[in-house]
Amino acid sequence: MLELFLGAETLSSTIRLSVPLILACLAGLWSERSGIVDIGLEGKMLIGAFAAASTAAFYGNAWLALLVAIVVSLAFALVHGYAAINQKGNQVVSGVAINMLAAGLAVVLGNEWFREGGRTPPLPEPARFMPIDLPGFSALYDVPVLGALARIVSGHSLLTYITIALVPLTAWALARTRFGLRLRAVGENPHAVDTAGISVARLRYQAVIIAGVLCGIAGTYIATSLSASFVRDMTAGRGFMALAALIFANWRAWPALWACLLFGYLQAMGTRLQGVKFGTFEIPVQFINMLPYVMTVVLLAGFIGKSIPPKASGIPYSKDR
Amino acid sequence: MSARGELPGWADVALIPALNLIVALLVSGVVVLIIGENPLEAMWIMLKGAVGSIKGWGYLLYYATNFIFTGLAVAVAFHAGLFNIGGEGQAYFAGLGATVVGLSFEFLPWPLLIPLAILASALFGAFWGFVPGYLQAKRGSHIVITTIMFNFIASSLMVYIINYWLRPVGKMAVESRAIGSFDFQTFDLTGAYIPSFRELTLAIFGYRLPSTPLNPSFFLALAVAWGVWYFLWRTKLGYEVRAVGANTDAAIYAGIRPQKIIMVAMAISGGLAGLLAVNEVMGAQHRLVLEYVQGAGFVGIAVALMGRSHPVGIVLAALLFGLLYQGGTELSFAKPEINRDMIVVIQGLVILFMGALEQTFRPWLSALLFKAED
Repeated sequence: MLELFLGAETLSSTIRLSVPLILACLAGLWSERSGIVDIGLEGKMLIGAFAAASTAAFYGNAWLALLVAIVVSLAFALVHGYAAINQKGNQVVSGVAINMLAAGLAVVLGNEWFREGGRTPPLPEPARFMPIDLPGFSALYDVPVLGALARIVSGHSLLTYITIALVPLTAWALARTRFGLRLRAVGENPHAVDTAGISVARLRYQAVIIAGVLCGIAGTYIATSLSASFVRDMTAGRGFMALAALIFANWRAWPALWACLLFGYLQAMGTRLQGVKFGTFEIPVQFINMLPYVMTVVLLAGFIGKSIPPKASGIPYSKDR
Repeated sequence: MSARGELPGWADVALIPALNLIVALLVSGVVVLIIGENPLEAMWIMLKGAVGSIKGWGYLLYYATNFIFTGLAVAVAFHAGLFNIGGEGQAYFAGLGATVVGLSFEFLPWPLLIPLAILASALFGAFWGFVPGYLQAKRGSHIVITTIMFNFIASSLMVYIINYWLRPVGKMAVESRAIGSFDFQTFDLTGAYIPSFRELTLAIFGYRLPSTPLNPSFFLALAVAWGVWYFLWRTKLGYEVRAVGANTDAAIYAGIRPQKIIMVAMAISGGLAGLLAVNEVMGAQHRLVLEYVQGAGFVGIAVALMGRSHPVGIVLAALLFGLLYQGGTELSFAKPEINRDMIVVIQGLVILFMGALEQTFRPWLSALLFKAED
């Protein structure tokens, strides 16, 4: 029982499933902190995953796959930025469009390139980010308690460790650097930032670019680490779950990590509990699957705590007001 | 003459949508070129596949029926200043209403049962829209996020319900049992089964139409489109909806309670999306199938934007998207190189250009128009 809920295997898969959520959540964090609502996290991850898997399939190089995924995801992010910043368009509509474009393009191009109905061929190991053993940890694997801990912490792909490192980096950059302070200010009160002689558009573009890069990494991770090929709609709503986590985290970096780990844990349990019976009782996994969304709705409704988005998020900035 | 930057009405209603559609199609053409196919040929195959035969028309109108419902749903919410992304979930949940009522009251004669099941579809959809509306109005949670969450909640919940409650024992496919039947020889109609036009013409005139799922729901869609127009522009409540959407502060000053209007608008919006179940569950598949909405809720966003949130525009836009869906299917048969998901690309581009970048052409278009007038 304890093994099922808190065993090394469950917790290790929690980390694996949390990584794309964390990356997307941080992407949303940067974007929304600057005042740009990003519904298109899902689409950017998906097109990133497709770009990564295609590049890896053609050239067999995981690092090249990462680079291409970032570039492609960035291109989508810039479309969103152009619509939201230059054209002062509706950011939710633009995000919906990005999601559809990504979902459609990935299948159409994948079908043409690989002739497998939109999937890519399975990727060989050198084309993927494979699990790595942290130095010294494998010696601990057989030690009673420490061993379980070592097996949870070690044996993930490099992208996982990069992702975990990005959390303190984001928290620090937003709280301590000049760029971070300005970025947050632009999400709360763009007029004040503008009055101080700092370009609102430039700051927001920087945020959108960071979001694009992070979603590209997330896509690469999904296609080359979590699985070994691209399949249609493989992001499976993770971009939206990341948005939910962002609300849970109240738009802050460290809480975002915990929220994503919680949702990752629920995802892991959703898979592990499939068909498991407690006596005659079987927990329907569908209820575990919907839990993150239900929790977010309950939180948003203000029944537990209060979640307050950046003041200017979603509102296009125009000088003459 | 109007001020510079403002466009005359006809340009706003017709020219800008047309221009944006052309740009969206041009970009799609580039994608087709990248694949190494001829875009003009592809377009010709699509047109021929959709309007070149009775069968094509049948599918076109069948798809359009779905899109009219979901387009109207998005539009009513738009008029209240709300963005309802939850059409997908509302329509999905509504399928449960049609099925549960259809199966529970199977013994009723169809003239009673079919209206009852239609009502149940609308009510279940309305409920799934009302809850986010309530949470927005009373608890201040953002409608966009809540409706997205409700899509996912509906998706999981329906897997559970169909799998554990509605699936007949021993059946492998995750779907309910049939909600009725129709025998065209004896005209024996049972359950909440809406026969297709093919079955009806066969029963009444003995004439065999090509096999398409087109059914009388199409007329329901047209009637509902008229009803939405009447509601929005001819009733007090509809006026209040538009007032809240146009200027909430002014609406409050006029004695309108925006909280109530938000809930009403979302319930109506959900109910309209729910009517999709009439076409799909009652009229086409005759059972509740897993994930039966298949993205039609999201197409509604494109349709509402394209149709400028006006019922007439929405019907036209829905027909256009019906053409794209049917043509796209034919295209993917004729040219397997071009996947059916090309339609999703076009849809995304339409939403991008019509919704998010709609201001792009305005400045130079107004410059062009006024130059011509000077």
